[in-house]
Amino acid sequence: MTQSRSANTFLALTRRRLLSGLAAVPILLALGQAVPAQDFPTSEVKGNDLAVTDDTVTVGILHSITGTMALSEAGSVQAEKLAIEQINAQGGILGRQIEVIQEDGASDWPTFAEKAKKLLVQDKVAAVFGCWTSASRKAVLPVFEQYNGLLYYPTFYEGLEQSKNVFYTGQEATQQILAGIDWVSKEKDAKTFYLLGSDYIWPRTSNKIARKHIEKLGGEVVGEDYYPLGHTQFNSVINKIKLRKPDVIYASVVGGSNVAFYKQLKAAGIDMTEEKPLLLTISVTEDEIRGIGGENIEGAYASMKYFQSLTNQNNEQFVKAFKERWGDDIVIGDVTQAAYLGPWLWKAAVEKAGTFDIDEVVSVSAGIEMNEAPEGYVRIHENHHLWSKTRIAQAQPDGQYKVVFETDELMEPDPFPEGYQ
Amino acid sequence: MGSSSHASTGTLDKSRFANPFFTREGWLYFAILAVLILVVFPLTLDAFRLNNVGKYLTYAFVALGLVLCWGHSGILSLGQGIFFGLGGYCMAMFLKLEASSPENTAIQSTPGIPDFMDWNQITELPWFWAPFHSFGFTLIAIVAVPMILAFVIGFAMFTRRVGGVYFAIITQAIAAILTILIIGQQGYTGGVNGITDLRTLLGWNIRTSEAQFILYFVCAGLLLASLLLCRAVHVSKLGRLVIAIRDKEDRVRFSGYDVAAFKIFVFCFAAGIAAIGGALFTLQVGFMSPTFVGIVPSIEMVIFAAVGGRLSFFGAIYGTLLVNYAKSTFSETFPELWLFAMGGLFIAVVMAFPDGLAGLYHRHVRPHLAKIPGLFDRQSGRGRDVVAQPAE
Amino acid sequence: MIGDYTYSEFGSILAMQGFAGLILFSVFVLMALGLAIIFGQMGVINMAHGEFMILGAYVTYLCSTFVSATIPAFFPYYFFVAMILAFCAAFALGVLVEWAMIRHLYKRPLDTLLATWGLSLVLQQTYRTVFGAREVGVSLPDWLIGSLPVTDVVEVPINGLFVMALTFVITAVVYLLMYRSNWGKRVRAVVQNRTMAGAVGINTRMTDRMTFGLGCGIAGIAGSAFTMIGSTGPTSGQQYIVDTFLVVVFGGAASLLGTIASAFTISQAQSTMEFFMSGSMAKVLTLLAVVGILMLRPQGLFTLKIRR
Repeated sequence: MTQSRSANTFLALTRRRLLSGLAAVPILLALGQAVPAQDFPTSEVKGNDLAVTDDTVTVGILHSITGTMALSEAGSVQAEKLAIEQINAQGGILGRQIEVIQEDGASDWPTFAEKAKKLLVQDKVAAVFGCWTSASRKAVLPVFEQYNGLLYYPTFYEGLEQSKNVFYTGQEATQQILAGIDWVSKEKDAKTFYLLGSDYIWPRTSNKIARKHIEKLGGEVVGEDYYPLGHTQFNSVINKIKLRKPDVIYASVVGGSNVAFYKQLKAAGIDMTEEKPLLLTISVTEDEIRGIGGENIEGAYASMKYFQSLTNQNNEQFVKAFKERWGDDIVIGDVTQAAYLGPWLWKAAVEKAGTFDIDEVVSVSAGIEMNEAPEGYVRIHENHHLWSKTRIAQAQPDGQYKVVFETDELMEPDPFPEGYQ
Repeated sequence: MGSSSHASTGTLDKSRFANPFFTREGWLYFAILAVLILVVFPLTLDAFRLNNVGKYLTYAFVALGLVLCWGHSGILSLGQGIFFGLGGYCMAMFLKLEASSPENTAIQSTPGIPDFMDWNQITELPWFWAPFHSFGFTLIAIVAVPMILAFVIGFAMFTRRVGGVYFAIITQAIAAILTILIIGQQGYTGGVNGITDLRTLLGWNIRTSEAQFILYFVCAGLLLASLLLCRAVHVSKLGRLVIAIRDKEDRVRFSGYDVAAFKIFVFCFAAGIAAIGGALFTLQVGFMSPTFVGIVPSIEMVIFAAVGGRLSFFGAIYGTLLVNYAKSTFSETFPELWLFAMGGLFIAVVMAFPDGLAGLYHRHVRPHLAKIPGLFDRQSGRGRDVVAQPAE
Repeated sequence: MIGDYTYSEFGSILAMQGFAGLILFSVFVLMALGLAIIFGQMGVINMAHGEFMILGAYVTYLCSTFVSATIPAFFPYYFFVAMILAFCAAFALGVLVEWAMIRHLYKRPLDTLLATWGLSLVLQQTYRTVFGAREVGVSLPDWLIGSLPVTDVVEVPINGLFVMALTFVITAVVYLLMYRSNWGKRVRAVVQNRTMAGAVGINTRMTDRMTFGLGCGIAGIAGSAFTMIGSTGPTSGQQYIVDTFLVVVFGGAASLLGTIASAFTISQAQSTMEFFMSGSMAKVLTLLAVVGILMLRPQGLFTLKIRR
């Protein structure tokens, strides 16, 4: 990673001015004190010819709205749009309203790369919020690095990556996994684990980390299984689980497979509320439960950083705003919340830098704090991931999670964990 | 090459069946196409759009092969993505090995192997990756691997007289199976992510704008060459035999020809051309992913050929450009609705314009142009091209 | 001891895996039957088969929401009504599609592939526009959820039993229709010799239309049943389509018996292997075996003995 910290006197000045201004900006939704655009002449803030005018700045949203991933990415699009609308209502960034160009990645990785290039090269957007799967991120990463773009990526993911041009607003694998396993082995006295996932890089890496950590704690992995993405028949693995009798089923099944897995698990007579075995998932958010049905997953535990039922004030406002904007029956999952952070973190960084220039924004990003995040306080780590708490919650029949545990400290993001590779 | 094809028409009216390499008219079309993609596009499009057109042109390779395979020989393969993908994967493996030098991958637990292998706890380079250190081998493999697979499929199917819709769905099933294989064996193939982060070709950075510009011309040049090659096959005796096979397979068989051998040849040929397209795709886009091997791209490529006109090589290229341009534009303008447009296009082309753009041109535009003296040639008023007539 | 298991455990394994295999078999048959009927009859491959299934699933979803909102007392039984409605909806759409598209393309069977593919794109986007991009949750009556304990370890999922029973009924109905009814005679006559069938006064057009409708209708029922075991979203149909095609191709597309035999072989192979290795690996090995056999026997397991 090459981050050049420029000691520009002008910048230092604006930064100071801004920081003092920021302190006065009330939290979300309250109308902040708009910064007049004249203080930031376009010629000075547009960086390397970004799409910035005297009263607008253009950003991109790049998610799949068609294809197999559309169902997962829909929430992220809504969250990003909501955040941008709220920022605009507060007066925008550096006195400029944010305009959005939305592109469809169509669940197809080469399309993601093409659209990313279009956003950066043709539209010259100042930032892109988008991508969901690891594959789409891997596809666009070289584009962002080559054209020096800025990507805010919302999904919890496998780690093993760090780029100057990407900020990861979801948790990387160790943040999500370690606390969860610590908790089940301490609170539930779990010794044996059955690892089950969809067959791609994220579940495999996650399970690798989980296995190391389980063995470190003196536990035992009694089975590890992977099924192709979109697989719909889990009876065999359920039989295996029944025979091996693990204390914990550790599940990282994704997408439509989730629905099949939990419905079949329930049908096979495994009642998760009895916690024999206990099910701990790192992939089922409230969004997925809508498809699975609350009654089919009742009693399962999830280990993530955000749940819709969090009771802090930020979250209550966020949930209210989200429902007002997108309808009452909407649910909000971990990734949706992480996607919501993207525009706000970008706003904070831009205002700290006093310019939209990508290099400047990146160089001031480390250490940016956000007290107003629905999940609570977060901070950007030097490795471009977020410091965040990890929480354990139990699924309720109404499709919501009830938080049962929360780490005391923020978990440090560690995309290249020593001893877990 | 053109004159040799006259020999066997015997006493028939030569002027109707003779099929010279290109008529004057054909050369005119060729020149227009060459000027369009070699001069007009590079001069009028910005770097981003030109790179996109370059990407579309790699699909046009597949469409060319499909014209020969489907339009002329009646073999509908819904698995051309397999060959496109395999060609692309061969190229990607070479580029990935080059990008995974021990120095570049020093942070891995096993330096010197591609990063995704390291993530999957593989500690040495699998045997089938090793030859891809050699550029020469890679160039051969790009064409040879898909052609060998095509031969195996073709041999198994055609010698047992499997054809038509059944052949189409078997190729499709194979495409699906290969996708699952590639995704499932992620330690060896990169899984669903594909092989990403390709940077240099023999030390030449393929990501720069200049490199992309040069690669565009390489792609365009190879496409024009492939077009000539396809045309050469088409005007040869073999080219006319496969048309006969398409129209009345049994009669050709009873005449003593080995029908299967001709079909296998055409299928392998189309596979080889598609593979070249795939390799160029990898070079221009910088990664290869299993999505290309699957069912969806395979069928989309058939649609490119269908829109352009399944009987016309030129049509296939224009069709590919047009559909992809439409797809990009639609999805930029109406991201939520473009699938309706694409689906509608599929249905409309099949229902209303089975001969695609080329058919429309031949029916409505060409008769007017033909009236201009000296533009095509003296006999141009009549249908000169035997395959221009749609067959039942 | 066999491997890590005791003999009694091994017995349970055999019982449970056998049952898991049977469920998978039922699912495969249900998926593939509609496709095989249409292909066997008309040589048309309906690429929108998965979307017809999802139509059935959405109809079930609408039913469940409607019933639980209006007549909750009826909720335990709604599933049967939902399946019938799913059949009707898919049948109606099938007949419409046949009338609007397919009948114009009988002389160009390859083109039907492309046209129905276009149709599948349009249907997917329609579902997305109407129901949203997210998956919908179909709530099931309580009696369909849970399992029957046979021994301590062996438990039989009720929805699996239900799918098996349903598959049996539908297969039996299709058998009766195809081989014991006048309509079936007409269908088979058209398959074997369309011209002669027309000459003896069979309305081949109507036969085609009804067969296409029937195939789609069965897809609708399958989709409805699969709400018990899988997801319901705009693209869920694609989860099933690959397996469906494999089963039909492997069985020798023109034969219903072949479809059933192939579903049985693939499902048993897959579920047995899934037990002894990772699911992903089992799938790959099954598929490789299928491809290998297809290379040796490209017509599939069973073929109609007609000279082509």
